[in-house]
Amino acid sequence: MDYGFKKKLEPNNGDWAVQASGLVKTFGSFRAVDHVDLNVRAGMIYGVLGPNGAGKTTTIRMLATLLRPDAGSATIFGHDVVKESQIVRQLIGVTGQYASVDESLSATENLIIFSRLLGLGRAEARKKAGELLEEFGLTEAAKRPLKNFSGGMRRRLDLAASLIAQPPLLFLDEPTTGLDPRTRAQMWDTIRRLVKTGSTVLLTTQYLEEADQLADRIAVIDRGKVAAEGTVDELKASVGSSSLQLRVQNPDDAVVARNTIEKVLGIQLLVSQQEAEKMTAPITNVDVVTDVLNALREKGVHLAEISVQKPTLDEVFLTITGHGVQEDESSSPSESQKAKVASV
Amino acid sequence: MRTTSVTSIKPGAERELKNYTSFGQTIRNSLTMAYRGLLKIRRTPEQLFDVTLQPIIFTLMFTYIFGGAISGDIGSYLPVIIPGILVQTVITTSIVTGVQLREDMDKGVFDRFKSLPIARIAPLAGALLADTVRYTIATVLTFTMGYIMGYRPEGGLEHVALAGILVIVCAWAISWIFAFFGVIARTASSVQGISMLVLFPLTFLSNAFVPVDTMPNWLQWFVNINPVSHLVTAVRDLANTGHVGWDLGISLIGAAVIVAIFAPITVRAYMRRT
Repeated sequence: MDYGFKKKLEPNNGDWAVQASGLVKTFGSFRAVDHVDLNVRAGMIYGVLGPNGAGKTTTIRMLATLLRPDAGSATIFGHDVVKESQIVRQLIGVTGQYASVDESLSATENLIIFSRLLGLGRAEARKKAGELLEEFGLTEAAKRPLKNFSGGMRRRLDLAASLIAQPPLLFLDEPTTGLDPRTRAQMWDTIRRLVKTGSTVLLTTQYLEEADQLADRIAVIDRGKVAAEGTVDELKASVGSSSLQLRVQNPDDAVVARNTIEKVLGIQLLVSQQEAEKMTAPITNVDVVTDVLNALREKGVHLAEISVQKPTLDEVFLTITGHGVQEDESSSPSESQKAKVASV
Repeated sequence: MRTTSVTSIKPGAERELKNYTSFGQTIRNSLTMAYRGLLKIRRTPEQLFDVTLQPIIFTLMFTYIFGGAISGDIGSYLPVIIPGILVQTVITTSIVTGVQLREDMDKGVFDRFKSLPIARIAPLAGALLADTVRYTIATVLTFTMGYIMGYRPEGGLEHVALAGILVIVCAWAISWIFAFFGVIARTASSVQGISMLVLFPLTFLSNAFVPVDTMPNWLQWFVNINPVSHLVTAVRDLANTGHVGWDLGISLIGAAVIVAIFAPITVRAYMRRT
């Protein structure tokens, strides 16, 4: 069953939940996914991050046997998604971007039907549906038709339906898009809890914060290609500079402080208009902070606040892809961005 | 989303996995999908309007319009028209199967069905199976209307019931054709359009409404090989005389051939569609 592995490492099948290499999918002349490689170790939360239309959903659909790759290969726990699709389906749960539950039926009916399809007996299916509804806080709404469900309830039901067979690998396609912050936080808790029980989660998101919060590793996808891959910290570090932020106690010291810092670091500082006492300096090496602090003490400047921050994922994303996350939705993109959007 | 603990998950490597679905599982999956179809009908009973109204209106209309001209009087036209209208109505109803399948497939839930380790044919077979409820309603209503208007089939109740079952089975087979259109078409309304185009010649170029010998020769040739004519004749034989003839055999063979051709290509098209 080891065919399809052309990787340097030859791990046993249990180690890797997903191994994909050179995945390609074209729709007409549009290359939605362009040679994507993904390797996801079992037991982790893996985030696929990218803007709308980057190819996240198409990639997931290929890994979940919903779409046939035009080129490349992928295995789920060592099973080929094309040749052993029926085995792969026994190992995965898929929660789609648009809730994949039956609108015309009630929550209980949905879960019972999915349970029955997965081979549970009549009584077992009913029990399982009850348990899942309880666990996802849907018991009260169990009998109502889904038409009256809120977006959050629908997502929860969707996730519950994906968990019936307790699949070792879960695909979550933008699990929190369109949810309010509270429901989003609940969803995050649920996902974290799932991983603790031994599940592997591959999720896509366009929210950097979400990837930051949840994912152990991240692949940044842009225009069908993996633009960067690594742990959150690695990605942040790859962007290079951290930033030193500090605030002086006495606003009168601001000018002295600024001049001192500029002299030590040899750069021009940006100063915020509203708060002159607050300043931010890009640094490549955290060690220089000591020099800055020593110099400030010599000048007798007292500090109210100091912190060294790694760049946010937003900054990482901007650096990696060369454009912002929401550009295709923003109403007035700059000229250069417009040109890029057009080429997508 | 209360935080009770989920029982821990069995790793993939320790699971018993198979890359095929057994025949038994296919049947079970299809029946579950049929159960889903029935639940949907129960939730939206208004989708049964067509199968309740059409038999009533068509039976009344055709009988009183054509009755005098074709058979001299209404009473002697009834044994001719009731089986004809039954076949026509039930087969027309099977178009709705294709249309609804198209609408259904556009919903997110079909993604889940595709990602489940179930028989690929089950979502289609189940939907088609559930729709036999619609055919049954149409069949019962047509015979009832006939009875009210004075139709007394001499074959007796059991042969009428057999005739009804025959029509339902054939309609189920024919619905695979419309299911195929449903799977390959882009929109539900185009399914309706294509299906009507196929269905009208098939039902009207048959012996359902008028005696074949009144038609020109070249048309008679087509009408006589048209499977719908054989089905209508089989129903007439069963209901009116209790006779089981060769036409019944031809109808069942025809139904089997349709399923044998259209079920596989429909499933293949369904699989390929994204």
